[in-house]
Amino acid sequence: MAQPVEISIAAASRKVTVPTGLFINNEFVPSVDSNELIQCINPATEEVICSVVAGSVADIDRAVAAARAAYNTTWGKNVGPLERARLLHRLADLMERDRDTLAELESLNNGKPVRVARDFDIGDSIGCLRYYAGWADKITGQTIEVDNKTKLAFTRHDPIGVCGQIIPWNYPINMWAWKVAPALACGCTIVMKPSEITPLTALKLSELIVEAGFPPGVVNTVPSLGSVGGAALAAHPDVDKVAFTGSTVTGRKIMEAAAKSNLKKASPERALLAILEQVSLELGGKSPHIVFASADLEQAANWAALGILYNTGQDCTAGSRLFVQDTVYDKFISILVSKAKEIVVGNGFDEKTSGGPVVSKMQYDKVWSYIESGKQEGAKVILGGQKRAGKGFFVDPTIFTDVRPDMKIVRDEIFGPVLAVAKFSTEEEAVKLANDTSYGLGAGLHSKDADQCMRVSSALEAGTVWVNQYNLLYNNVPFGGKKQSGIGRELGSYALEEYTSVKAVHWNFGEKLDWPF
Amino acid sequence: MPEIFEYEWNTPAYKGKTALPTGLYIDGKWVEGSSQSTIDVINPTNGKVITKIAEGTAKDVDLAVQAAHKAFETTWGLNAPGSERGRLLYKLADLIEQHTEEFAAIEALDNGKAFNWAKMADVGLSLGIWRYYAGWADKVQGDTIETSADKLNYTRHEPIGACGLIVPWNFPLLIASWKIAPALATGCTVILKPSEFTPLTALLLAKLTAEAGFPAGVFNVVNGYGHVVGQALSEHPTLEKIGFTGSTLVGRKLMEASAKSNLKKLSLELGGKSPNIIFDDADLDAAVQWANHGIFFNHGQVCAAGSRIFVHAKIYDEFLKKFTEKTKELKVGDPFAPDTFQGPQVSEVQFNRVMGYIEAGKAAGATLHLGGHRIGNEGYFIAPTIFTDTTPDMQIVREEIFGPVAAIIKFEDDDDIVAKANDSVYGLAAAVFSKDIKRALTTAHKLRAGTVWVNCYNNLAPNVPFGGFKQSGFGRDLGAHALENYTSVKAVQVNLA
Repeated sequence: MAQPVEISIAAASRKVTVPTGLFINNEFVPSVDSNELIQCINPATEEVICSVVAGSVADIDRAVAAARAAYNTTWGKNVGPLERARLLHRLADLMERDRDTLAELESLNNGKPVRVARDFDIGDSIGCLRYYAGWADKITGQTIEVDNKTKLAFTRHDPIGVCGQIIPWNYPINMWAWKVAPALACGCTIVMKPSEITPLTALKLSELIVEAGFPPGVVNTVPSLGSVGGAALAAHPDVDKVAFTGSTVTGRKIMEAAAKSNLKKASPERALLAILEQVSLELGGKSPHIVFASADLEQAANWAALGILYNTGQDCTAGSRLFVQDTVYDKFISILVSKAKEIVVGNGFDEKTSGGPVVSKMQYDKVWSYIESGKQEGAKVILGGQKRAGKGFFVDPTIFTDVRPDMKIVRDEIFGPVLAVAKFSTEEEAVKLANDTSYGLGAGLHSKDADQCMRVSSALEAGTVWVNQYNLLYNNVPFGGKKQSGIGRELGSYALEEYTSVKAVHWNFGEKLDWPF
Repeated sequence: MPEIFEYEWNTPAYKGKTALPTGLYIDGKWVEGSSQSTIDVINPTNGKVITKIAEGTAKDVDLAVQAAHKAFETTWGLNAPGSERGRLLYKLADLIEQHTEEFAAIEALDNGKAFNWAKMADVGLSLGIWRYYAGWADKVQGDTIETSADKLNYTRHEPIGACGLIVPWNFPLLIASWKIAPALATGCTVILKPSEFTPLTALLLAKLTAEAGFPAGVFNVVNGYGHVVGQALSEHPTLEKIGFTGSTLVGRKLMEASAKSNLKKLSLELGGKSPNIIFDDADLDAAVQWANHGIFFNHGQVCAAGSRIFVHAKIYDEFLKKFTEKTKELKVGDPFAPDTFQGPQVSEVQFNRVMGYIEAGKAAGATLHLGGHRIGNEGYFIAPTIFTDTTPDMQIVREEIFGPVAAIIKFEDDDDIVAKANDSVYGLAAAVFSKDIKRALTTAHKLRAGTVWVNCYNNLAPNVPFGGFKQSGFGRDLGAHALENYTSVKAVQVNLA
């Protein structure tokens, strides 16, 4: 095992070679102690694409050791900012070169349309690599006046060290770029655990890491079950930082493991002095989308449909709770339904497709169980809600109305193209309903009243608030959650804080210490 | 249609060719000057004409400014998002890199500096600068500022608009890069006026901006004389910014013209007479190497040149001996010989000026310890020169010579040396050599200069700011600070009550 396999992408008349081993020290290798494999399924056809090596706890150890060695020798403080920038740009160039192949592989494994993967997922990822390449030589500290005659005090923003990065299956390439780019720009080394559902593009991108010229051990890729590899990274005593994007449930486990890990290593008396593993978490959401009476209803319907149907609803910021002001409710809903009907859900290799299948059988069953619960709890289905016959984990756009705040489809993150719609009368009511969630990742509002836009955007408890739009992100604007949607920020200059550790240096060049004091 | 200048090199250091348009570059087109006159470009190794280039006039300046304004309002400014501006700048950097040797050869031909130094220093550092500022393009951020709950206050760092950038002849490509890169990164458009002594690398740069895909009018080049083109830029009624590197004398003229016209913003990087202080506990051999480089690099034609070398009495004799030996080893000659360190001074005017200072030094009674004469009969070569036994009031100690002329000055008193070093109208750079960190840092902190080097000289990096105190100018090039030269802060205060 660990040999590359050739995959035939019939729809594109292309063959792609995909490495199937674990990527450690710039080589693809078998597991050190396990014969377990991960099967990668094409969600549009339910067929097996190929199998890859499943990393074990011992493999994670090996990867962490490789990352640490690289950090101490060829990376970390041993590599200058210009070199880090150069390599990140080179990686971006290579992604650009291989754009089509990567898009097709992504679509095969995840189901999303090829053209969306190519233009948005990969386009944004290339931009992300270049954005952070530009930061590499701009990570500055402070010089601070204490006593000009005798002291110099300054800070240095050191790389935080070895980072365990755990990414989800909804945007495999894009989430890879969001994690890899700032970490490398700051001088960190990486053990990346891609989702066991969608490991193929992470492995393919590892080939580009070698081709770009990154030294061995700087980036390591270990596909593994979350409960094995993810847990091992979170608990690893030699990992300085864990960055995770995924469900809130798993996020909790990671935080617990991180909090406990070094305490396990240290003796009880020194437990309190042990340094805790740093954690940043980007978790789930149940983001509210509010349409006020003054909104441009046509446009708001476009954005609202995008908000729940983009990526087949498998988006942490999916606008899955829609609140419409009563005076425009009927009109808006009829526009929204017709918008949703225009979306073609199908095979990602069909140019007409705007939405693919959901990513796996497990997700398919989960989404359908929520649709059933919605019906059972008395919500009204005005679109969709019917299973298709035939192969593929397809879920058609589904809209529920007459929902109540206590319903499961209103409280829980479904992660599918399932929208819960409710009516409101006043702005105060809308804000209250919108904030009635333990999540706080995204939120959107549509209104032509500028003061209302300001009031409501201030009041919404979310890390990203979209005004008169939805979903669109830029590499230079930060992203992350409030409340139980997470800790820390990705994108923008803020991500640099997640991968640096501030050291204050107090340099005495003039004070003599009197003794005894 | 303006002529193309073609040239081929067949030299030990470089074999290759170039073909450069010789016109003005305005609004994406190569044009003749409105006066149809030309300027001779002289080869400083032999005084002969290399080629003629189109001469710009006030009318051409106005056309270029209009083109730059128009581009700013339509295809550039904030109409081009930062990520797009960055992308084009990276593309340009890649193109410059592909043409590294061609740039170095043109610079060596035009300016007289050694080809290998031009390649390593001028082009090498330029590349880092283009890439550094390409990375800033989408990171020009303002602040949101809390005052009260019913107000939203935020700042925008908006590009100023069209900028006139006037650059000198000592590092034509490099200093042009210092100025153009942050200007374009922030969204400004540019009218570049290269020195009339060294106009050629700017022409290749213009050619590459077109190839990189910058829209017409974003980058313009108007070659010409300072008192014509430079003056027209300084007096232009709608140009809102000039960035300048050059002499303090011209810096003053620009300030005056700005005051009399439209109060256009200025950033000025001017002259220097930088002190290099060698304490008795310095690493002597290292200090000799750095100090030597500090004054003789680029034929002494460096604004930050360490031209007043203060050496502690205890080590003076040994320092002087070693410094002199090192100086004798410097190879002066053909820029295209592989081991040349120093070529000719850039022009006859500069040659005469430097020789004039040498004569003044002798006349004032300083000891001419080494050099002081012309080398050869052709071109503007001057032997590396050392004066000793100077006094603080001598011209060669007070005024910027801008040639390979070092004044080595003995000092005894530690407390007094800082006052001596600071005794200058200039404040561009300074250096301290000492192994004692307390001495080094306390001295560094007391020196009135925009850059203080400790145990080195002439170190520059794209991300570390550079600029002057006192009459060496204001504003900073390089680093994040340079962005301030090309942006204006707008505060937006929104009432939500």
